[in-house]
Amino acid sequence: MKKEKTTASHGTKVKLYQTVPDKILTACIWILLILIMIFILVPVLFIIASSFSDAKAVSAGKVFLWPVDFSLAGYQVIFQSPNIVKAFLNSVAYTVVGTVVSVSLTLLAGYPLARTDLKIRGFVMFLFTVTMFFSGGMIPTYLVVSKLKLIDSFWSMILPSAMGVWNVILIKTYIQSSIPGEIFESAAIDGCSDWIYFVKMVLPLSTPIIAVMVLLYAVGKWNDFFSALLYLNDVNKQPLQLLLRNILVSNDTTGMQLSLAEQMNRQELKTLLQYSLIIVSSVPVMLLYPFIQKYFVKGIMMGSIKG
Amino acid sequence: MKKAKKKKWSLKEDIQKRWQLYLMLLLPLAYIIIFCYIPMGGILIAFEDYSFRKGILGSDWVGLKYFKQFFTNPDMLKLLKNTLVISFYSLLVSFPAPIILALALHSIGGARFKKFMQSLTYAPYFISTVVMVGIILQCFHLNIGIVNNLLDLVGLDRVDFMGRASYFRHIYVWSGVWQGTGYAAVIYIAALGNVDQSLVEASLIDGANRLQRIKIVEIPALKPIITIQLIMAIGGIMGVGFEKVFLMQNSLNLPVSEIISTYVYKRGLKDMQYSFATAVGLFNSVVNFILLFVANKFSQKFGETSLW
Repeated sequence: MKKEKTTASHGTKVKLYQTVPDKILTACIWILLILIMIFILVPVLFIIASSFSDAKAVSAGKVFLWPVDFSLAGYQVIFQSPNIVKAFLNSVAYTVVGTVVSVSLTLLAGYPLARTDLKIRGFVMFLFTVTMFFSGGMIPTYLVVSKLKLIDSFWSMILPSAMGVWNVILIKTYIQSSIPGEIFESAAIDGCSDWIYFVKMVLPLSTPIIAVMVLLYAVGKWNDFFSALLYLNDVNKQPLQLLLRNILVSNDTTGMQLSLAEQMNRQELKTLLQYSLIIVSSVPVMLLYPFIQKYFVKGIMMGSIKG
Repeated sequence: MKKAKKKKWSLKEDIQKRWQLYLMLLLPLAYIIIFCYIPMGGILIAFEDYSFRKGILGSDWVGLKYFKQFFTNPDMLKLLKNTLVISFYSLLVSFPAPIILALALHSIGGARFKKFMQSLTYAPYFISTVVMVGIILQCFHLNIGIVNNLLDLVGLDRVDFMGRASYFRHIYVWSGVWQGTGYAAVIYIAALGNVDQSLVEASLIDGANRLQRIKIVEIPALKPIITIQLIMAIGGIMGVGFEKVFLMQNSLNLPVSEIISTYVYKRGLKDMQYSFATAVGLFNSVVNFILLFVANKFSQKFGETSLW
């Protein structure tokens, strides 16, 4: 009989004998998981393989999961196109500035709200929570942004979605549960002000949750398409996601200087470009992925304790 | 009386005493007021003939004119139907998927494989919506997509998936499963990790097999989280992802892919009918809130868990 290991409550390994229905179930689960694995992997491998293939092979529909006639032409076009490079750099700027602004705002809100001795915190918390259930909607928000003369400005990508209330709650819960109030009381007796305490004590003690915030906001800003669609018309300011929309979805490459394209078949190269762009635009996030894995899961768990 | 007077709390004194804390709250509060509460007040324009020049307070009041206009619009029923069909279909498939994945991962041995599967299923969540739609378009492309390449390989005819309206919903929902299941499963996996081991042992001693254990120990352990997630999902029904639907739209699938939020965007920001679009958006939010409220009431009545 097949043996299975499980851990008993006192921590030692015990061996269980599986019954016949158990075996059938285990087999079904394995089949299911392997099918899921294939389901997830196939599109990814197809895109990667195509991006490294020759344009002609891609256009002929010959590519499956492995590059056909290996070529880097798609990537070459990307790095030779000033528009794509520019949009990429724009996105980097929006992400860096946006993450700094968002994390700062969230911390500034989270810390006072974690102070149980602050009387108005209940009221402020209420003001914040209401916005999780009610919002003005697309048009009224657009009108506010436009009245503030933010349309087509750098800050239209930063400010309208600067702070997530859910993140404020995460920070607040973290500070409350991991930094005892007594520390502040004793620091206050020694003449420590709220601000010094925040900078010298709270921030260093909150590094894990700050890491989660940085990752959450950075990924959100990098992937943000909605703000750009609504608030940016200026081609010079557009982030990568908006340019990607034009190239990947609308199939529109006007205004792009494809120096290589003139030498090769334009249509074929355009197709190839779409695959390599998908890869290039996902690389920054995937570089963060190991950190995301380390901290994100913790972040979600912290959220679920409260929720 | 004296005692009460002594304890009386005044905002002014408190601000003087802890101005630093108040100062910290100033910017976040300003953000919430400017970008959340002022737009909420802006909903008023749904009842006005809004003109950008006259502003919210100066525009003419027209009452329910735009709501009537929307309800008598022949498109209204179609929009509502499209929105509801996409979201219920999505809920029906995307909601149980992460629970099944979490239970499956929980029920097998092999810590390394589990970890690998978790990382793998979790990764697509971080792909942006634009890139996601790009991947969909490439994979289902008539001439070069892998799905059609495979169909061709086994001798079947190529199918124009993106060009036929009938495929739109399936592709939308199942690509959502592809992207979101691993992420949504994290919370269930965490909960399963906290299952009381003595319950598992007791069930083993009583001779329960795997399936029975899932039924008796694991599903009850997940029940509170499932309820909360379900309420939240029902509350989000009318908020079907604008971005993804909008990006997947083309002239061929428009009859099934036009939903309320994309309609609001087009009427409002493309045609500049601010008041009409706001009225439609408000209708959407109201329906959404009613659904959330009803779901919560149901769970109060039939379970122990509720949001508030």
